[in-house]
Amino acid sequence: MRRGRALRILLAVGLGFLWAPILLLVGYAFSADRIPFQWGGFSLRWFAALAANDRLVEAAILSVRIAAGAATLAVLLGGAAGWALARFGPFRGRALFGALIGAPLVLPEVVTGLSLLLLFVALEGATGWPAGRGATTVLLAHATLGAAFVAVVVQARLAGSDRSLEEAAMDLGATPFVAFRTVTLPLMAPALAAGWLLAFTLSLDDVVIASFVSGPSGTTLPIALFSMLRLGLTPEVNALGAVIVLGVGGMLGLAALLLRPRAG
Amino acid sequence: MSLLRADGVTKRFGATLALDALDLEIAEGEFFALLGGSGSGKSTLLRIIAGFEAPDAGRLLLDGRDIAAVPPWARPFNMMFQSYALFPHMSVADNVAYGLRRAGVNRAEAARRVAATLAMVGLEGFGARRPHQLSGGQRQRVALARSLVMRPRLLLLDEPLGALDAALRERTGFELRALQRETGAAFVMVTHDQEEALALADRVALLDGGRVAQVGAPRAIYERPASRFAARFLGAANVLEGRALAGTFESAEAGVTFAGTIPEGTVAVALRPERIAVTAGAEGPNTALGVVEDVAFRGDDSLLLVRLTGGALLRVAHAEEDGAPPPRGAAIGLAWEAGDVVALPA
Repeated sequence: MRRGRALRILLAVGLGFLWAPILLLVGYAFSADRIPFQWGGFSLRWFAALAANDRLVEAAILSVRIAAGAATLAVLLGGAAGWALARFGPFRGRALFGALIGAPLVLPEVVTGLSLLLLFVALEGATGWPAGRGATTVLLAHATLGAAFVAVVVQARLAGSDRSLEEAAMDLGATPFVAFRTVTLPLMAPALAAGWLLAFTLSLDDVVIASFVSGPSGTTLPIALFSMLRLGLTPEVNALGAVIVLGVGGMLGLAALLLRPRAG
Repeated sequence: MSLLRADGVTKRFGATLALDALDLEIAEGEFFALLGGSGSGKSTLLRIIAGFEAPDAGRLLLDGRDIAAVPPWARPFNMMFQSYALFPHMSVADNVAYGLRRAGVNRAEAARRVAATLAMVGLEGFGARRPHQLSGGQRQRVALARSLVMRPRLLLLDEPLGALDAALRERTGFELRALQRETGAAFVMVTHDQEEALALADRVALLDGGRVAQVGAPRAIYERPASRFAARFLGAANVLEGRALAGTFESAEAGVTFAGTIPEGTVAVALRPERIAVTAGAEGPNTALGVVEDVAFRGDDSLLLVRLTGGALLRVAHAEEDGAPPPRGAAIGLAWEAGDVVALPA
């Protein structure tokens, strides 16, 4: 009885620690006061101001487009890599390949960002592409980061299913391509969808890598926010934060739903 | 003519030799068991027949034609996997229909054959369920139906009863035999359980170290093992080392002389526990003296462990109808018929 109460109190403290800053932010988004951390009565004025702020709205639209593109590319690359790691057996260089695919997960983002910047500059010097830094380079950098996450999720999903499934399909008359399409791909589908959502969220969040590889045409939402910080915050930022919390929370919830373990 | 013939099939995995120039013939419509311990090469042979592994040397002939170049999806065989390998994202009916869809059988015909096959394995009305909603025994039947619906000439079964509990094993074993007779397909079963192989198969191949140690009808290989390995693997006979001497066999470790038709070159003899009788004393060949070290009651008989004067331990089955078994520590005599002594040349 006493132990149960102590646990409940600890849980409340833990949840409070995690959620208080976020709830505070969302709460202040509805404050009428000009100072972002002072309550001035309920109001939706900052949401209206946010909608009228072209710079922020444009940055948000660009961010979503980059995130969608990067997530799609990440699913294609990371999905193939995860499939190869889970199903191709102990091929030559497998350990190295696995380590390189997962590198962005453990490398500090500053290192990833800097190395990608060097790569893009060297590539431009050698081939003329990509011409300068901008939306394209941010998209490629985010796809690299996202692919690592997708590969891990897909590999885990396939490792949890029986390797004989594809053999059984071939035994029943399916060519390797048909076996992939009718058995492997449906098994991977939830992991691919969840991986897409993860990569999308990562791209939407990222400020470190983007600030290395973006240029004049690549001002994503986090970068725009960061530069606003330097000029002084307005409660519009709170409103934006509330919108992002809801959006990202919804997507992560959807990813968790897709990856939930099923009976059997 | 044989349906399938393996001709000097050899397979290496790195430094280990999984199959060592193995020869084997499987006839049309027979129930054939590949029996062996782990590492005997039985599963590798099954995978080579299915086409998932290619032999390093040797040929695999179907109706006399080499099928080395035929991929698994084009072979007229189907396999039931040890894990069953049911597609988790499909219903039972879609699982069973999978092969028919690949073969281009039209929907109405496929549905009819799926229903008929599910009925044959006793799963009417289960078509809409998902594999994870079934018990282990039901999954095994779905896997069986999925292979049988293709009407294969050869059905490969990898440890088909391995994942079932004891009560279900016996029943499923009889059902497998009935299905085999009904469909007329040749069944090739891989198992490590000698009782299962002897009970189900028309012919058994005993595999050891990637080679066929012995092949024959269950009764023949049980009663006439060809080697010490076969004698030990098939039903735990007593195997006694010694040497042949002018038609008899002297075993120093047993302190016993075996008489009978013992050919030159015999290295050991096998004697089944149930062929040994407990007597009051011992005199002459085919008898022995010993002390009962332990007694285990097994229902219709008791198993005695008898230490012979020569030092060897002999397993003796004492039938219940012969009265109470001698107690632990009793000095007893043992006797057997000359015809029950199996001479082992290797």
